[in-house]
Amino acid sequence: MKLRSLVWKELWQRPTPMLTSLLAVTLGVTALVAIQNMAVSSEKQIAGEMESLGANVLVLPPKVGLQDYYAADMHGETMPEEFVTRLALAKMPGVQNLAPKLCVPATVDSIPVTLTGILPRAEFQAKAAWQGASLLMNPVGSDRGCCPTAVAVGGAEDEDPAALATTRTIQSLGKDELIIGADIAGQLGAKEGSTLSLLGEDFQVVSVLPATGTIDDGRVFAHLHSVQRLSDTGPVINVIEIMACCEDAAGDLVANLSTVLPQTRIVTLEQIVATQVAVNGLMSRLSWVFFSILLLVGGASIASVMYANVAERRKEIGTLMALGASRSFVTRMFLGKATLLGIAGGFGGFLAGTVLAVILGPQLLGVTVEPMPLLCAVGVATATVVAIAASYLPARRAASLDPCLVFNEA
Amino acid sequence: MYCLNSVTKMYTRRGQTVAALENTDLEIPDNDFVAIVGPSGSGKTTLLSILGGMLAPTAGEVLLDGQSLYDLPVAERTALRGEKIGFVFQAFNLIPWLTAVENVQIPLVLSGRASDDQRERAQHLLERVGLAERIDHRPAEMSQGQQQRVALARTLANDPQVILADEPTGNLDSETRGQVMEYLNEFHRDGRTIVMVTHDTAVADFAHRTIRLVAGVARDAGEPSPAEAA
Repeated sequence: MKLRSLVWKELWQRPTPMLTSLLAVTLGVTALVAIQNMAVSSEKQIAGEMESLGANVLVLPPKVGLQDYYAADMHGETMPEEFVTRLALAKMPGVQNLAPKLCVPATVDSIPVTLTGILPRAEFQAKAAWQGASLLMNPVGSDRGCCPTAVAVGGAEDEDPAALATTRTIQSLGKDELIIGADIAGQLGAKEGSTLSLLGEDFQVVSVLPATGTIDDGRVFAHLHSVQRLSDTGPVINVIEIMACCEDAAGDLVANLSTVLPQTRIVTLEQIVATQVAVNGLMSRLSWVFFSILLLVGGASIASVMYANVAERRKEIGTLMALGASRSFVTRMFLGKATLLGIAGGFGGFLAGTVLAVILGPQLLGVTVEPMPLLCAVGVATATVVAIAASYLPARRAASLDPCLVFNEA
Repeated sequence: MYCLNSVTKMYTRRGQTVAALENTDLEIPDNDFVAIVGPSGSGKTTLLSILGGMLAPTAGEVLLDGQSLYDLPVAERTALRGEKIGFVFQAFNLIPWLTAVENVQIPLVLSGRASDDQRERAQHLLERVGLAERIDHRPAEMSQGQQQRVALARTLANDPQVILADEPTGNLDSETRGQVMEYLNEFHRDGRTIVMVTHDTAVADFAHRTIRLVAGVARDAGEPSPAEAA
């Protein structure tokens, strides 16, 4: 038998008060772990989405507000298509690619669709080259200072029209060709090679995009100039999506874009997600507040129970001291118990918090939560420190008991 | 051997100072069997606490084998108590959530004995007091007499040189009282010094020597008081 077995046996002899006080510590760790898990997973998901979107800067007409990144061109406001050429000629650092769009309503077989005009890169690259910018390696921008992006733009795979779903640009598209989203293809029963009639003209479907879960699934994409001609809008566009090669470059880019296109509104994807990130940050900070409050409550509760435990065990402690237990032995007996409670509370809180986050994450925030082992270490360490700190004075009181009480109280 | 030189213990309660033990000189040779008797409040428990190294006297010195107990640092005094002194309590003072064998192991845990040795010795001691069949029973599952026998086994765990017993039969019936005193006699025959506080004259008769405490003053039972001498 050792000190730890004495601690363990005593703990199970009087489990109820200790477990009750431990509950607050456990809840503190649970709150921290659950909220941190969800906040971090949400941030990761947003970062992943930003990376996968490719286009991380939008150039919009000045009066346009923006609620939905995927619907950035569906506001009715326009700006001259000439802005695209201006940007291509500016050769700005950080710009990998441009995707101008014009969005108009249309119907196909009496089914309303969103017809989106897109300008294949081949066309404005040719235009830029014709206007004297072709000597540079990058036909649109310069990749000076850029980091690699997950979205390959301009590579061989970009020749596939279906790449529009992920890269948001396309290398070439004929004037009588269409690319259609997965949902609308399903509604129209259209597939690659089908012919569809739009605004009085026939188009051939060259590709059906894979489902993305966005508004793009309900769009029909055609050549920008065909859309302009058929909808009588003239040479205008609703938005220019810019694929900036990395966040740093995108940050510098905003000022440069504003200089080149002062009549526009420049919105970065970072701004769009800033609100969500702020909410996550708030959640994260709140979790530390809950954690601290609950730990304080738990600590006070443990201290109170420990004091009661010392009072209840006076005779027992006196007996141990009469039999040769040193003050440090008695102190270690109580602090050992506190350590066990802290470890149990921290670990229990980590497990409960993780399970809670895994269950609630998808329901509340739509994020898949991965367990964070680091939080286990933080939770266990903090809960243990709080439990030990709360038990220190009761342990000292136990160690300073007068062993003579074994006689006096007999 | 114990030697008390001019030992005084004063208590202050609610502003009043009371002498629990007054200028007491006492010698207890090795292998003595002493009964300390006296009325309630005469200072018996105080004397036992002082002998046990648990209560520092207000004045005087207490020597155990020539070593002044209260000149030792607390930690050393505690270690010496665990090594040389065993206690028997009126209420047995067993740890209620430990089994008989675990209770007997406690002094061995405190002295740092290996776990296997602890259990082996504890079982042997319980066999010696006739409780071989009860080693895994908790105190609440045993009679009062059996509990006191477990306490006696615990007292022997570290093979102490001195046993201090505080009313060891106070909670026992007459039959069990006899059993316990037989065990104490046996421990005395093993060569140990027994100092026993009791108010029961029949139990005191088991001792070889009786010290009477009256108002904090200790005298051998046969020795006349100063008033009687005068």
